[in-house]
Amino acid sequence: MRKCSLDSMNSVFAEIAKAATLYIPADRTDGAAVYTKWEEGVVWSNALNTVRSPKDFFFPQMENLMEFKTQGKNIEIIDTRSETEDFVVFGVRACDVKSFEILDRVFLSEPVDSYYAARRAHGVIISLACTRPSETCFCGTFGINPAEPAGDISVWKTETEVFFRSNTEKGAALMQKLEALTEECTEEAVDAQKEKISAVMKKLPLADLTTEGFGGGKTKELFDNPAWDELSQTCLGCGTCTFVCPTCQCYDIKDFNTGKGVIRYRCWDSCMYSEFTRMAHGNNRNSQKERFRQRFMHKLVYYPENNDGLFSCVGCGRCLAKCPISMNIVKVMKKIGGNNK
Amino acid sequence: MQKITREQLIDKAVSLLENGTVEAVLGWGKGEFDYDVTPAVFKTADELKAGFVWNDFCGANFSKYLVAKTGKIEGKILVFLKPCDTYSFNQLLTEHRFDREKVYAVGIPCEGMADIAKVKAVCGEGISAINCDGEKIAVTTLYDDEPVMVDAKDVLAERCVNCKSKKHVAYDELLGEEGEVVDSARFDEVAKIEAMTPDERFAFWQNELSRCIRCNACRDACPACTCEKCVFDNPNSGVENKAPANSFEEKMFHIIRAFHVAGRCTDCGECSRVCPQNIPLHLLNRKFIKDINEFYGEYQAGAEVGSRAPLVDYTTGDIEPGEVFDRRDKNA
Repeated sequence: MRKCSLDSMNSVFAEIAKAATLYIPADRTDGAAVYTKWEEGVVWSNALNTVRSPKDFFFPQMENLMEFKTQGKNIEIIDTRSETEDFVVFGVRACDVKSFEILDRVFLSEPVDSYYAARRAHGVIISLACTRPSETCFCGTFGINPAEPAGDISVWKTETEVFFRSNTEKGAALMQKLEALTEECTEEAVDAQKEKISAVMKKLPLADLTTEGFGGGKTKELFDNPAWDELSQTCLGCGTCTFVCPTCQCYDIKDFNTGKGVIRYRCWDSCMYSEFTRMAHGNNRNSQKERFRQRFMHKLVYYPENNDGLFSCVGCGRCLAKCPISMNIVKVMKKIGGNNK
Repeated sequence: MQKITREQLIDKAVSLLENGTVEAVLGWGKGEFDYDVTPAVFKTADELKAGFVWNDFCGANFSKYLVAKTGKIEGKILVFLKPCDTYSFNQLLTEHRFDREKVYAVGIPCEGMADIAKVKAVCGEGISAINCDGEKIAVTTLYDDEPVMVDAKDVLAERCVNCKSKKHVAYDELLGEEGEVVDSARFDEVAKIEAMTPDERFAFWQNELSRCIRCNACRDACPACTCEKCVFDNPNSGVENKAPANSFEEKMFHIIRAFHVAGRCTDCGECSRVCPQNIPLHLLNRKFIKDINEFYGEYQAGAEVGSRAPLVDYTTGDIEPGEVFDRRDKNA
């Protein structure tokens, strides 16, 4: 483990940015934190987390996949990808780091999604232990410890110092570049910090929330639960929850007619939208209740069923904070799961 | 602090349920915390007593829900309407969007709603309790021993800071006292933007609208957006755009939407309240309202049922299209 003073972080950022594009959470003009490309003058935000999740770096909201050009009877297929360059994402919370494992299982399973894979290969994740979790946090429900964030390098921040521990080869290589700016210290240096976080975790209002009643094999039991009517009755059908979610991974692939050819692109889709997974015969989820149910069944039943029990929620709390009607996965879990006692 | 209490609202709802006037109640449902209120339909006195809330976080405007909810019931549904909600209510009636006979509207006074983001800007994350019953809002956090006392005025939602009316323009029954239309400074911000140079104005909107993630929350919450199938959701329309060509293309969606609701927007402010990216969308609509007022005389959408909005009406006194050039030259 290595450390530096909080005051010297600007030099650390500058050093990292020499080798690769660096993104850090910084405050935007409206006060919210967003991942911002670091350059001299960009200040590290004190916010707990960013509005948009770091999922965007690996699975962007929109990307061109390929292009087709037609000439006479010939179709030319053009790979529109530019070379992926190395980049570093700094300040990723434990919940969001866990989301990459969930996304990896979707995009890196055969057939591997080469667009996503390239960005994963070139991206370095520097995580950040939490200091002041919000009431909306419930990462503990999914076995995530915000005092021990994973990633290529884990970082702990105190009032005056910043501690680094590399966890992977990629992380170690980057830490080597920071040798002159940091000094060696013992692992115990962050013990007090970890204990402080653990103590807060026990006090969080959602600390008792469990996944009891959910998981693979629960489809029949939960699908026709009458509570779905009540839970979804005022859902607006907007896509806010899905777009701020670090684990929502559904997308659409569409063709854009340029007049001379076609650009095939991929963009995020939302199960909340009326045209989601529309097929030739029409739509298989025609009511907002069915669409609403799909989102939560996917996260709490279908995904774990196909992924060794891993739930596809990390408890980051973004949907709790952003849903226009404050309906969210916690309310669903409490209503229809084992927490409803 | 609200002048009317939760108990008064529950008593009213229970009595209307029990005497058979209504069969359901549209109200604010209790959340996990004291501020994350979810609109809900209550059917019994027990449900109301267990889950109905009324506090400084009941900002959601229920008028639009009446379009869907009145279609699903035989009898009447009770809806609680704050003054600003009643304008949306009237506007929807003007557009024949729900059956007035199926609604029992109870007007309730409103002292302005709090914006949780503003509360958090003062108290930080980790709120374990919020009590709005006193003169000040008491915020208990996981990190402070004593509750932090916040002045309600300091955390008022923007739309409430610039409240345009405490008057209910529609109801079957009114609880509390009737208020008046208020002189608000709601067009000041618009005037500031008008005073910018075209480049500054472009930069302002570019900064704001390039944040759009196109979640459609503004449209879906908007009481003026009640098309059964939005053109942007219709794959056969040719304009169903799920992906912008660049970070500023979503401006087109917002400008088109502002044009579509022009003359019908009551300035309820739901668009800005629900935006996850804090885009001040209401400023676009206010610009239209301000222009309409200046061109055709004061007009407030929803002030009465059946009024003809200036943009769909013709009078011989209407300004000439050339006005646009005069104004452009004046602002250049």
